[in-house]
Amino acid sequence: MTTTLKPAPVEGPSIAANARGYVERVRGGDMGALPAVFGLVVLCAVFSILRPSFLTSGNFANLFTQGAAVTVIAMGLVFVLLLGEIDLSAGFASGVCAAVLAILLTEQGMPWYVAVAAAILTGAVIGSVIGTLVAKLGIPSFVVTLAAFLGFQGLVLLLVKGGTNISIRDETILAISNKYLPPVLGWVLLVVGVAAYAGLQLLRARKRAGRGLTADPVSLIAVRVGALAVLGGLAVYFLNLERSRNAAVVSLKGVPIVVPIIIVLLLVLTFVLRRTSFGRHLYAVGGSAEAARRAGINVDRMKISAFMICSTLAALGGVIAASRASSVDPNTGGSNVLLYAVGAAVIGGTSLFGGKGRVLDAILGGAVVAVIENGMGLMGYSSGVKYIVTGSVLLLAASVDAFSRKRAAATGMR
Amino acid sequence: MTPVLELRGIDKSFGPVQVLHDVAFSVYPGEVTALVGDNGAGKSTLVKCVGGIHPIDSGEYLFEGKPVQVGSPRDAAGLGIEIVYQDLALCDNLDIVQNMFLGREHKRGIVLDEDTMEEMAARTLESLSVRTVKSIRQHVSSLSGGQRQTVAIAKAVLWNSKVVILDEPTAALGVAQTAQVLELVRRLADQGLAVVLISHNMNDVFAVSDRIAALYLGRMAAQVKTSDVTHAQVVELITSGRSGDLGLTNGVPA
Repeated sequence: MTTTLKPAPVEGPSIAANARGYVERVRGGDMGALPAVFGLVVLCAVFSILRPSFLTSGNFANLFTQGAAVTVIAMGLVFVLLLGEIDLSAGFASGVCAAVLAILLTEQGMPWYVAVAAAILTGAVIGSVIGTLVAKLGIPSFVVTLAAFLGFQGLVLLLVKGGTNISIRDETILAISNKYLPPVLGWVLLVVGVAAYAGLQLLRARKRAGRGLTADPVSLIAVRVGALAVLGGLAVYFLNLERSRNAAVVSLKGVPIVVPIIIVLLLVLTFVLRRTSFGRHLYAVGGSAEAARRAGINVDRMKISAFMICSTLAALGGVIAASRASSVDPNTGGSNVLLYAVGAAVIGGTSLFGGKGRVLDAILGGAVVAVIENGMGLMGYSSGVKYIVTGSVLLLAASVDAFSRKRAAATGMR
Repeated sequence: MTPVLELRGIDKSFGPVQVLHDVAFSVYPGEVTALVGDNGAGKSTLVKCVGGIHPIDSGEYLFEGKPVQVGSPRDAAGLGIEIVYQDLALCDNLDIVQNMFLGREHKRGIVLDEDTMEEMAARTLESLSVRTVKSIRQHVSSLSGGQRQTVAIAKAVLWNSKVVILDEPTAALGVAQTAQVLELVRRLADQGLAVVLISHNMNDVFAVSDRIAALYLGRMAAQVKTSDVTHAQVVELITSGRSGDLGLTNGVPA
């Protein structure tokens, strides 16, 4: 009997051990962000060979502002997808919130912060209503949000008075997607960010080692910090190049303001998911609602808050979209926005079956979607082809998700 | 020896159906008490009454000799009674530490105190001599049935519990894993906990238990020392409610 209790060989922490662990996880079906990163590299390579203009600084900056709204909405969707639910209304919810913003700015003449606060509050209210219907009445989220999808489409039409276009002139709102950080500030933020990341990682490793727990080796931390510094450095360098055709008239350089906004959202939301009990409970409910309930977690409350977070971020996405278009019309948040957002989350590696996903997934997937949209545009393809390609990529991502689940089941990882 | 948990004259009905009739049940520290009975005998209902999921209709509920009111699972957990259900209630997508602390996470401010939780989990598994898991940071999805059962039991023990109730812990396990879990059950009792083991498997019952409580159609047929009875007697108690001078006569305890 005691022979079954052999101590497992303890593997020391090292880069090799970590790499082996990663390969094992991938082979076991837990591919994480791998498909998204792979897809991103392939797409970028193909487009830059076929269309050299893809690689210019101007287009690079474009990619960020183009993908920002969808990415932010996708970040919110991650929270709902983590529970194994879906929010089909997130696109038009962002449209409704953008319309609220536009009306308050133009017709009511409110200052921008009041308008933004009202838009975000609208999002939170929408989410709490949807969440309550799903959690308390037990209507499948698919149906509730499909109804909301139609309802909000109508609501946007009513808000913007039957299809007129409300243009936005508020400088602060317009700056989000159309203005850039001074080049120096871009570098300062990068250095501060990388230094803070390195410091936190080292501090954590030292603390864990001090308590006799397995800590990440310094070499691994160095690799991570180095990778972040190189990628961030390249991005800031490219974005700081002059991209105006005529620099004497107007200078266009620097990191788009929307980028630090997305990074702050990424950090805050990742902290919530990874380091607070709220985030832990979200994963638990997504993994097994029954186990979570028995552990004393209020499952209904978790569902309602997930939908609230989703719609609130959709509101932010709406503000960003309104900034980029400099206007709000009945199609804001409509057509492909929702599918792109769901696609972004899933392509990034968030599971449609719940329990698995990160906020970073939304950014990686959002980048893939933005690159496809942007690159195909440069190639001169029609929107018809763009839709078909994006649809195929979404289908591919969902199949990777389903396939990795099967694989995980087969290897006993799930 | 005073029982840590003692029930006297428990009645429980669901509408017109009376499931438990005047049940007496005692659980002693440092012992494994096997709760046996055929399907529908009332084992699960009795356990749910102990765990506060079903309120009892009448009868006395004594904990460490003092009468207590247990109206919710929280009350039971507060007393130090933990139930490990058959379907384990673990989250596949969380790791061992996260599962063990689920719903009762340690925090510093609003931040999860992962290091303390990891240490406590490691210490608990260590105290149970569990060394089969490679890392306590691996996902529960990658564990075998026996290892999952071990984690579920460790989760129950983590909270300085006094009574641990295991609902068919070996029902879905292979031979080696069953042995492993039974060994763990014995070790819990040897550490001074009162363990209640619900099982259909007579071999398991005779392998680890100190006492056997047999339910028959909602009545406690007999609660005896394992060393005083034979295999066949226990089977008779389960199937007909009596065996020789043990058990019920005309449906009433002797």
